[in-house]
Amino acid sequence: MSSVTVLDPTDESVPQERPRAARPESLAGLTVGLLDISKPRGNVFLNRVEERLGELDAKVIRYSKPTFAKPAPVDLRHEIASQCDAVIEALAD
Amino acid sequence: MPTLPDNGLIAFVKQDCPTCELVGPVLAQLQEAGGDLMVVSQDVAGFPDGVDSVHDGDLSLSWHNDVETVPTLIRMVDGTEDARIVGWSRPEWELFTGTNSLGDGLPEHRPGCGSLSVDPDLADTLAARFDGTGLAARRVEFASQEDEFEAMYERGWSDGLPLVPPTPERVLRMLEGTSRDAHEVVAIVPPDLVEATVEKVAINAVMAGCLPEYLPVVLAAMEAICTDEFNMHGVLATTMGVGPILMVNGPIRHQIGMNSGMNVLGQGNRANATIGRAVQLCVRNLGGGRPGEIDRATQGGPAKFGLCFAEDEEGSPWTSLAESRGFDADTSTVTAFCGESPRIVFDQMSRSAEALITSFASTLMGNVHPRLTGMDTTIVISPEHMARFHDAGWDRDRFQEELTSRLTVEVDDILRGVDGIDEGIPRGLGLEGAQLPKFRDGGILVLHAGGPAGLFSSTFGGWVSGPMGSVPVTKEITR
Repeated sequence: MSSVTVLDPTDESVPQERPRAARPESLAGLTVGLLDISKPRGNVFLNRVEERLGELDAKVIRYSKPTFAKPAPVDLRHEIASQCDAVIEALAD
Repeated sequence: MPTLPDNGLIAFVKQDCPTCELVGPVLAQLQEAGGDLMVVSQDVAGFPDGVDSVHDGDLSLSWHNDVETVPTLIRMVDGTEDARIVGWSRPEWELFTGTNSLGDGLPEHRPGCGSLSVDPDLADTLAARFDGTGLAARRVEFASQEDEFEAMYERGWSDGLPLVPPTPERVLRMLEGTSRDAHEVVAIVPPDLVEATVEKVAINAVMAGCLPEYLPVVLAAMEAICTDEFNMHGVLATTMGVGPILMVNGPIRHQIGMNSGMNVLGQGNRANATIGRAVQLCVRNLGGGRPGEIDRATQGGPAKFGLCFAEDEEGSPWTSLAESRGFDADTSTVTAFCGESPRIVFDQMSRSAEALITSFASTLMGNVHPRLTGMDTTIVISPEHMARFHDAGWDRDRFQEELTSRLTVEVDDILRGVDGIDEGIPRGLGLEGAQLPKFRDGGILVLHAGGPAGLFSSTFGGWVSGPMGSVPVTKEITR
C-alpha cells in the first residue's frame, strides 16, 4: 500500500493550555457573580444558591444573558470578570 | 530538475508518439551538426536512439514549459523563450533551426501527439505538485501501512460516514468550481470563530463527496450560517435537535442537477446529499463544533448530518421562496433556516383550498409544541397540495394571509397548568384573555417541492426564532 497525502481539513490551530484560576480557600468576603442564562426557572436555582452563599458571607451580584440562545456578550463577560472573584453560571429547565 | 540552456534549442519528445519516432533521426542530425540542441524525453530514458537526451521523469520540465504537444521545439534566447513550433513540418523546422535538408525521406508534415504533462490522468497530480500559487493547508501524510479511510476516522474528521480523501489533486479540482481565490476568507466559523478560506471549505467539500460545481453553493451556505443573524453558535450549542435547513433557488439548481422532485427530502441525489454535509463538516472541522463538546444536542436530527434541497420553481404557480425574500428569479440563492426534523403534513381528503388550509393550520398549530408561540416555520408544499391552492386562484400572499388568520392562539388555552399540562405561557404576565400569533410576523417560509403524486407536504418547525435566536438568511450564490 503506497502512502497517501491529504490536506488538513481542520483550522490547524493547537489548543493553548492555560492553568485554571486558583480556587479560593473560602468564599467569605468574596464577590460571587451569579449568571442566569435566561432559561425558565434558572432564577429558582440561583435564588437558592444566593441564599447559601449568603450563609457563607459571600457578596452576590446577579447577572443575566439577554438570551440563552446566544453566547454571553463580551461586555457582560468583562463586567463579570472585573467585578467578581468567582462566578456560577446556571443552566436551567 | 535539469537546467535549461540560456541559448539554443530544446526539443520535447516521448517514445509513445509516432511523430517523435519519426523526428528522432532529425534530432540526431541536428546534434551531430553541432547545434545547441537539448532533447528532453518524457517517457523513456535514452529516447530517441542515437540522440543525447535527458529524461523528464517527473515531467517537471514539460510542465513548467507548458508543453502541450510532442514534439515541441523551443528556441531560447538569453534565458527566455523566443519561439516554439509543434509537430513535424520540414519547412518550419528548417526555418526554425536554420538548417537545410532536414529529415531526408520523411513526409513533409506530421501532426504531433499530446504531451504526457497534459495527460488527463496526470494533469491534476502535476498541478498539485508544481503549482506554486496553490494550496496553503498543511499536508498530512498517512503511513504506507495505514488505511486512509480509517486514518481519517481516527483523526476525528468524519461525521460518522466515510470521507473522500482530500488529496491535493482533488482539492485543486474542487477549486476549479469557483472563481474565488483559494485564500479568500469566506466566513468566521463558530463556535471557535475560525477564518474559513475557500481552500479549507473546498477540502471539506471534497471529503463530503461534492463535485466542483457544487462548491459555490457550499460557500454561499457557509456565508449564510456564519452570520450573527443565523447564529450558528446557538444552533449548534442548543440541546434542541435543530440544524441548518438549506434551500436552493435559481438556475444553479439545474446546472448542478439538484433534486426538487420525488423524494426531495430523502436520499439519492448527490448534490442534495453532499452540499449540506460539506457545510456541517466545515462546522465540525473548522469551527470545532462536535457533538458532546459545544454541540450539546439531546437527540440531534437529520440536519446535523446536512439537509439541503431545491425548490421546484418550474412546477410552481407561485413566485419562489427566493423571490419572496427579495431576489430575482434568475439569481441563484441559498436560504438557511434553523429547523427541526421534517414532519409530514398529511391530508388526503381536502379538495378545496379552504379545507386544505384549515387542515394545514391544525397541523402547524402543533409545530414543536402546541403551546409555543412567536416561532418560525418552513412549509414545503407538495405539487398535489399546491394544485388545490392554484385551483382556487390563490397566490403566495393569499396563502400566507389565509394561513396566518387560522393560526392565532387563545392565551387562556395555553397557560401553564391548563388541561393538566405544565408547559405553556406563565401566568401573571398580563396576557390572560389575549390572543397570540403562533408564528412570528414574516416567520413562515413557503416553498414548493416534491414528487407529482402524493398528498403529503412537510414542515420544519423552528427554534428560538427572531433576533434573540436564529433568523433565516438568504445569500446569493456566485461562481
